[in-house]
Amino acid sequence: MNKIEEVSRRPSKTGRRIALSKFVFIVVIILSAFTAIPLLSILFELIAKGWRQFNGALFTEVAPTSMEAMFARQGGNVIPGGILNGITGTLTMLGLAILLSIPLGVLAGIYLAEKKDAKLANVIRTLTDILQGVPSIVIGIVIYMWVVKSMNNYSALAGGIALGLMMIPMIVRSTEESLRMIPDSLKEAGLALGGSYTNVMFKVILPSAFGGLFTGILLSISRVMGETAPLLVTALGANYVHGDITKPMSAVSLLIWEFYNDPNLADLVWSSSLLLLLLILGMNLLAKMIASRWRIQ
Amino acid sequence: MKDKLFNGLLAIAGVVIIIISAGILYALTSESIPAFKEFGVWNFITSSAWEDRSDTFGALPFITGTLLTSILALLICIPFSLSVALFNGEYFRGKKISRIVGTVVDLLAGIPSIVYGLWGFYTVRPIMITLGVNAQGFGIILASIVLAIMIIPYASSLSAEFISMVPNDLKEGAYSLGATRLETIKAISIPSAGSGIFAAYILAFGRALGETMAVTMLIGNTNNIPINLSDTGNTMASVIANQFGEAGGIKLSSLFAIGFLLFLITAIINMIAKVVINRVSR
Repeated sequence: MNKIEEVSRRPSKTGRRIALSKFVFIVVIILSAFTAIPLLSILFELIAKGWRQFNGALFTEVAPTSMEAMFARQGGNVIPGGILNGITGTLTMLGLAILLSIPLGVLAGIYLAEKKDAKLANVIRTLTDILQGVPSIVIGIVIYMWVVKSMNNYSALAGGIALGLMMIPMIVRSTEESLRMIPDSLKEAGLALGGSYTNVMFKVILPSAFGGLFTGILLSISRVMGETAPLLVTALGANYVHGDITKPMSAVSLLIWEFYNDPNLADLVWSSSLLLLLLILGMNLLAKMIASRWRIQ
Repeated sequence: MKDKLFNGLLAIAGVVIIIISAGILYALTSESIPAFKEFGVWNFITSSAWEDRSDTFGALPFITGTLLTSILALLICIPFSLSVALFNGEYFRGKKISRIVGTVVDLLAGIPSIVYGLWGFYTVRPIMITLGVNAQGFGIILASIVLAIMIIPYASSLSAEFISMVPNDLKEGAYSLGATRLETIKAISIPSAGSGIFAAYILAFGRALGETMAVTMLIGNTNNIPINLSDTGNTMASVIANQFGEAGGIKLSSLFAIGFLLFLITAIINMIAKVVINRVSR
């Protein structure tokens, strides 16, 4: 029996409910603040351990051998050498990846945005989503089969293709999404003024979507820049600077892996990781800035 | 003329995506067939033997390791990513502080796997040793903790988006009935964003399954089936990264078979998430 008087005579729980609500609010803030700890801790560790090696040599000399590093350590010196072979390798392979993925990714993205409901478009969209989720090591061994096996050699080309393959789905989706945000009236106006479809696409639609496109591309580059696993089975690594993309080549991330595995070279791990992290975080922030500016317009 | 050419190019780009996907599937299946033929598909999945000497290979230790680390990582990440999602999507929606937290979380997503591995090795592993998890610090727990941090961004940014899309009138309705903020979140926000949040965690889980370098550096790389959380082990991704270089013959094929299984699992997981997301956004 729930008579009105009976209900109203029950002791009030309001105070407790409000207190609980506030308590959870505070817990949420604390747990959210916790997520900043790994970022700060990683930055702090890399800077504290890496600043001594973060010098000119890092950018101008190739990675030392284990012996050279051992002698320097025994003499109490900073390890000689840097990661020039990694930096040039990363740039070369990123360049290859960009050449492969941007034309293909942007065109496929335009296709998806233009043919929204075509059956083929739906298939491609689904495949893009699956591609985006393929683990990087699986991409690596596939490229090993495709390129390394058929060329009989580990190569920068294979590494570049692997990175490019990882960039494609990200570029496709960001292109499609930024094109969809452009109102149809813009395209119709262009066509009504007598512009050909191609002209309207290149002179009106793509320029207005440029901010979104560019952000997507930047993010995809920063995402694959630190990839290590696929490069382990495709580019392998090399201890000198060269421009031959059919030969094995090193990358900053591959050097970090080498340094990590060689106790003599361990000191270099921090400065090279610091460099990689600063580059990637910088690109991320740049992409974010461009995205927010573009959205306002 | 130009239009036809351009339209043709667009279609070609689309078809190339299909060819790439088919090529990936083809490379993985054709390379794993020798192992599946030698050991039988079911036997390969359920056998725990991974012996170079007798050339017998089974994937069970790595499947177990993968599921164990990923599920544990997902469980560890839930309180943090849910908090961040509520912080950005509910409590401080549109405020400046939420943009800062969002940026921090995005930056977490940008940190390369290998740097997480280093950090896990030099900073988190000593903590595990001090806590007495095991003597070396390596193992399922260490890998899962670092994995959890790595997937927080994936889980939280998508769920924040879905939570912030919950219509205001619904929440105002709850407030007007006298609900506290917490009760509104529990009764309105989370249930109406429920499937979106679910999809976000599925996607994060998929990320954890395929994560390679950090796990390789932290899990201890042993071929046994992990029974305790303090055991060492290997995941499907980490065993490929570790043993691919020196493998040949039937072992190489077995590694490809593991890659194929990993590909299938992640593809299915991603499809589930996409179906849920598409249903929600409609």
